Amino acid sequence: MQLTVWTYEGPPHIGAMRVATAMTGVHYVLHAPQGDTYADLLFTMIERRDKRPPVTYTTFQARDLGTDTAELFQSALADAYERFKPQAMLVGSSCTAELIQDDPGGLADALHLPVPVIPLELPAYQKKENWGAAETFYRIVRTLASPRQGQERPKNERPLANLLGPTALGFRHRDDIIEITRLLESMGIGVNVVAPLGASPADIQRIPDADFNVVLYPEHALSAAQWLERAFKQPYTKTVPIGVNATRAFIAEVAQIAGVSADVPERTRLPWYSRSVDSTYLTGKRVFIFGDATHALAAARVASKELGFQVVGLGTYSREFAREIRAAAAEYGVEPLITDDYLEVEAAVRDSNPELVLGTQMERHIAKRLGIPCAVISAPVHVQDFPARYSPQMGFEGANVLFDTWVHPLMMGLEEHLLRMFREDFEFQEAPSHLGAAPQAAKEAPAPRELAVAAPAEVAPAHQAAETPATPSALVWLADAEAELRKIPFFVRGKAKRNTERYAAEKGISNITVETLYDAKAHFSR
Amino acid sequence: MSIEDAVADTGCQDRQIRHERGQRAVFCGLTSIVWLHRKIQDAFFLVVGSRTCAHLIQSAAGVMIFAEPRFGTAIIEERDLAGLADLNEELDRVVNRLLERRPDIKMLFLVASCPSEVIKLDLDRAAQRLSADFAGRVGIFSYSGSGLDTTFTQGEDTCLAALVPVLPEAKREAARSLMVVGTLADVVEDQFARLFREIGLENVHFFPPRDSQHLPPVGENTHFLLAQPFLTETARTLQRRGARHIPAPFPLGEEGTTGWLRAAARTFGIPDERFEAVVAAPRDRARRALSAHKAKLEGKSIFFFPDSQLEVPLARFASRELDMKLAEVGTPYLHRQHLAAELDLLHKDLIIYEGQDVENQLDRCREARPDLTVCGLGLANPLEAEGLATKWSIELLFTPIQGYDQAGDLAELFARPLNRRARLEV
Repeated sequence: MQLTVWTYEGPPHIGAMRVATAMTGVHYVLHAPQGDTYADLLFTMIERRDKRPPVTYTTFQARDLGTDTAELFQSALADAYERFKPQAMLVGSSCTAELIQDDPGGLADALHLPVPVIPLELPAYQKKENWGAAETFYRIVRTLASPRQGQERPKNERPLANLLGPTALGFRHRDDIIEITRLLESMGIGVNVVAPLGASPADIQRIPDADFNVVLYPEHALSAAQWLERAFKQPYTKTVPIGVNATRAFIAEVAQIAGVSADVPERTRLPWYSRSVDSTYLTGKRVFIFGDATHALAAARVASKELGFQVVGLGTYSREFAREIRAAAAEYGVEPLITDDYLEVEAAVRDSNPELVLGTQMERHIAKRLGIPCAVISAPVHVQDFPARYSPQMGFEGANVLFDTWVHPLMMGLEEHLLRMFREDFEFQEAPSHLGAAPQAAKEAPAPRELAVAAPAEVAPAHQAAETPATPSALVWLADAEAELRKIPFFVRGKAKRNTERYAAEKGISNITVETLYDAKAHFSR
Repeated sequence: MSIEDAVADTGCQDRQIRHERGQRAVFCGLTSIVWLHRKIQDAFFLVVGSRTCAHLIQSAAGVMIFAEPRFGTAIIEERDLAGLADLNEELDRVVNRLLERRPDIKMLFLVASCPSEVIKLDLDRAAQRLSADFAGRVGIFSYSGSGLDTTFTQGEDTCLAALVPVLPEAKREAARSLMVVGTLADVVEDQFARLFREIGLENVHFFPPRDSQHLPPVGENTHFLLAQPFLTETARTLQRRGARHIPAPFPLGEEGTTGWLRAAARTFGIPDERFEAVVAAPRDRARRALSAHKAKLEGKSIFFFPDSQLEVPLARFASRELDMKLAEVGTPYLHRQHLAAELDLLHKDLIIYEGQDVENQLDRCREARPDLTVCGLGLANPLEAEGLATKWSIELLFTPIQGYDQAGDLAELFARPLNRRARLEV
């Protein structure tokens, strides 16, 4: 039994819904009690979808448990088929229905529906959302994909690829597809099928027509791609093209698989912007990274090699990819954090003392409370993660987007500094800052009435909170030293204070003087 | 699925109630934790359930601005399903750790869910067992928020009903007192407290209280007014403790609020002249606040999907105070006795749908093409995309709408979607 406050992933049937909702011509009948229909709002509100997810819930109640829930499932399935006339159906149980063991697959068989019915076994007490999405996609592919019928493809036709992994409620999946399709087109490679997002059962059937598969999101597509390789000898790409270097490596990998040239124009400003002198202030910025494994790994690479940041924390909630995260963490010399306990992540962020957090919406809230700039890099998503503009994470344009979205929160930090620097000047007018008003302790704020999907109520971020950490009670700052500390620019003041106190504690000094301050500075600048 | 027509006897009139069974697009009772935890400010709500339960509350409660909110889920995992003995041990461990970490918590609710009910985990006994361990420090209670037993707001009903047995006994010789039952926003509660005082009611308590140390007394001299229409069990348990229900409409709109206050005033023998003198000014304020919205809403049709059980009082408000036309009124349950005063105020020919078959209801909604549809968040954007203006029903629970000074706000909630449509030219 695990005490959970906030969760990164929903149950596995939510993953199945993300696949079903992404597709067309599919309907999912979920054996589930009243209340489980809440999941619809994730799609209609967070992603602003204009249709209900293609899901029928049996919504059984206590009185049904006494009678026949199996019959209820069958009538819901038959009604859903009649009403929606899908090309394929998915059937399964949510956590509660799993306990009553009605066997949706067997019950569906007995109805002899004229379309393929794919039973999903998603163990709700073991697995989570991303696993559920991967398993669902794998089952669909396995059931529907079939070898090419009829004539062979013409010899001179350009190579074809499938893009696998994008789902509903994915982090920028919508735009990544466009970017990678363009990239492949520029290499002379056509896209055969994008799945599950936008694919119909008929499209899934012709996945084997392509020469190879591009696995955009291993969390969702790796198991399907591995099966396709075994069943149809379709190779799949291992590189996820997030960042300039990964995009280059991806192009090389694709060129090799498809036997085409890797000579592609690099439409990205990131390398030059990073080398531009104004970016020197980015050097060694301490960055904490947490997200799904794919985005976290990519963010660490981009942050360290393409922006010159210092990775001070790296973690994921995707236990399935813990090994990859551990390997990368070793490379950056940090402790890997493999957890889905939000409080543990918050503690790790606080302890690693970062200047920038790259995370999910959960870390955005953590960062806000701690007064640290933050950019979102991964699901779980929020309505803000579906921007009106084109905003991919992948490919060269994706690299441009990363530069802007990660660097801007830091630049605003610099602006804040200038505001403070000039605060003493008589011309200075107290201007409202984008970072909000007074610091607020990380406790409950008054009555939030907003919903997940509405504009979020933001706790006024405490920019100063990071600046003046509490002094351990055994230590005393003498007046001179304290005055000296205040002369240090705010954005390094917190670090100076902590370092000085650490130094004092290590040396057994209880009264901190100006001397102690500079001794500590010398000590830590070695 | 099946629709049976039934004629229900409301006591005063014959009215057609249609019962529908099919897919219900409603929240389960766990959702009411979202407002209950705000109301009782030293209480923690621990759902004993699955990852789905945690995900539901997170999705409904929304923004994660609290590092450690006063609710959480003890997620049952595969190994917990091996045996109930171990599961109880696990639960004790989780509760102990939670209460050690949160010394500010004075009241803990163990909230049953669909999975905990199906595996027959007895949370009542768990609460008793744990109460002994934390006696004098934390009051531990249990209730069901499971979708098997409760729909949305019924979670508040089961929660409050679980507290009724521990309300202090009012002394036999104590003066008669009024208890207002059902969660109201603090600002609304304060307004009502002021009005009751001015009317001449001294002994007024609100239930649930703002903190667990101020549970209202109950006894044979207690008369209670329901502030919410979904408190069936709570009312029953209060009556079992001798309290008497004051039949009244619900305090939505000027008319509802007046009827509600007047029912209390008459029960306590307040002269009508005094009552009218006190409420004259706020009534007038409410009417003025309503008039601007009424101009925009009169003649418009409104369609209610079943959601919170507030639908019948809201429909009464919309039709009588805003002159809107009722296209359809659906409610998950209809408590005929508690709603008797409301039903009396509705047109005799209005059909009320109890229960839901969401697909059939959507067909009827598309057919009716109402000017405004009050529905859940899962349906709102799809209906908007079909050209129908919608109002999220959950906002009616999260926004203070009761009382004279909120009557205008309530009307504005209905007017806003139409106003927005009128402004947009894209």
